[in-house]
Amino acid sequence: MFDDFFTRALVAGIGVALTAGPLGCFVVWRRMAYFGDTMAHSALLGVALSLFFQINLLIAVFGVAVVVSLLLLALQRRQSLSADALLGILSHSALAIGLVLVAFMTWVRIDLIAFLFGDILAVTRTDIALIWGGGVLVLAALVWLWRPLIASTVSEDVAEAEGMKPAQTRMLFMLLMALVIAIAMKIVGIMLITALLIIPAATARRFSASPELMAVLASLIGALAVVGGLFGSLHYDTPSGPSIVVAALLLFILSLLPAAGKNTAEKAGNQGVR
Amino acid sequence: MLMSNRPRAPKTEKSKLVSLANAGIRRDGRWLVRGVDFSIRRGEVVTLIGPNGAGKSTTAKLAIGVLRPDEGTVERLPGLRVGYVPQKLAIDWTMPLSVRRLMRLTGPLDDTDLLAALASTGISHLIDAEVRHLSGGEFQRALLARAIARKPDLMVLDEPVQGVDFAGESALYDLIRSIRTTTGCGILMISHDLHMVMAGTDTVICLNGHVCCRGTPEVVSQSADYLKLFGNSRSLAVYSHHHDHTHLPDGRVMHGDGSVTDHCHPDDGHHDQDGHDHDHSDHDHHGGHHHGDHAEAKGEGRV
Repeated sequence: MFDDFFTRALVAGIGVALTAGPLGCFVVWRRMAYFGDTMAHSALLGVALSLFFQINLLIAVFGVAVVVSLLLLALQRRQSLSADALLGILSHSALAIGLVLVAFMTWVRIDLIAFLFGDILAVTRTDIALIWGGGVLVLAALVWLWRPLIASTVSEDVAEAEGMKPAQTRMLFMLLMALVIAIAMKIVGIMLITALLIIPAATARRFSASPELMAVLASLIGALAVVGGLFGSLHYDTPSGPSIVVAALLLFILSLLPAAGKNTAEKAGNQGVR
Repeated sequence: MLMSNRPRAPKTEKSKLVSLANAGIRRDGRWLVRGVDFSIRRGEVVTLIGPNGAGKSTTAKLAIGVLRPDEGTVERLPGLRVGYVPQKLAIDWTMPLSVRRLMRLTGPLDDTDLLAALASTGISHLIDAEVRHLSGGEFQRALLARAIARKPDLMVLDEPVQGVDFAGESALYDLIRSIRTTTGCGILMISHDLHMVMAGTDTVICLNGHVCCRGTPEVVSQSADYLKLFGNSRSLAVYSHHHDHTHLPDGRVMHGDGSVTDHCHPDDGHHDQDGHDHDHSDHDHHGGHHHGDHAEAKGEGRV
């Protein structure tokens, strides 16, 4: 049952989930779900550019995600449209341009579905190295940025007044998001990356008494969703990305059940420690 | 007599924590505040008062560097340690945050300092409560405790007692007053409530897009500008006054002699120089180059 590709997928998926958990908490706390979606959708444009210019896929996706977030910041500063509308425009245009560009390149044949919804079969050893290397980098940066990130999430004004640099913190956070999107794309796919960021974090909320605990629980719940989803995917022959997201959703629904209230909070906490 | 609070002798220059000189900030072509001059020294309490939209919070944010001035200068002592209680703070309820954790938001803190600060604002029992379950008044007390525990050089308190019950209000003002005397920090406070802050304030600055008047609380509470802005409903307003000008709703000024101008100016000839119970030496808009400000601010053309 543990075919080699499946083990690779598990290792890669768990790596992505562990990284996405704490980052996803900030996405939830800072109400950046749509922003995450926009960055993720722009990844397809990155894929197209990478094929066209024959550059590394990861670098292209990361680069496009960074450019899109900078563009968003610049547009927001003009305050002509709400952030919501701007995100809608950027998100779908980037996705559409990506699709159009891919269609133009008749000389390349790519598996669009794999990019959109993830593909376990495609996970290589290099991918695993990238995911775990990138993941360690992202988590280390988060630990280093933790206090300013929490402070500026609570109030950018207070953070700024009391000697922090929230603008710089926000920028670094966006870079981390772009990096995670680039490395997570292969596992859950462009359309569903945000789900892996948000659903485990939202599930962890109920069992968490501190931001730190919520971040750790989100990682573990995400990893659980990856394991469940991948086994489901193997068993029912369903695409990996959607299966992982469905597993995460099931965990979220479980966390909402009345029985999962105060009593289970401790159990979940203990599970987290294990 | 109105005491002028212009920058004092250079000997006190060193102890200035922050000083604003002719500071102004503009958004979308509109001046939020302009021509703001004041400084805060160690151990000094400066209170900003003014109606909604007068630019009080904006001025406070200018002073601590959250906003940068579009004109004029704001100078802070290098390495100034600030404790800030903002007017609004909306924490997304999805963030699990206890009072204990909130206290350490922007820096590490000794347990003793943390507990002492919470005790001083009367919420020791809430130390492990989740911030989202606090009432408005309890939350304000937590924010104030957080600012105090930092042992700042300068505390900036933007309506620090909003939502606090009446008995608690004066206790917190007493606390703020005692912090000033025990720690010697400077305090910039924003309040609607002059009679509550009166006893503990050295200088009151009355803002309405510009510095309307300033001085000790006693003096400001008797000035026509203050009465104009806050009306006669206040218990303080028992004095009878001779107004020599009136701020019209459109931002222009009607003078005692019936004329209407964009501005009032002490030497513009519209002011009757006798029989004032307040004067306008501090109401000169800081030099002559601001003519037309009000008109611009209200989006009207020059008359």
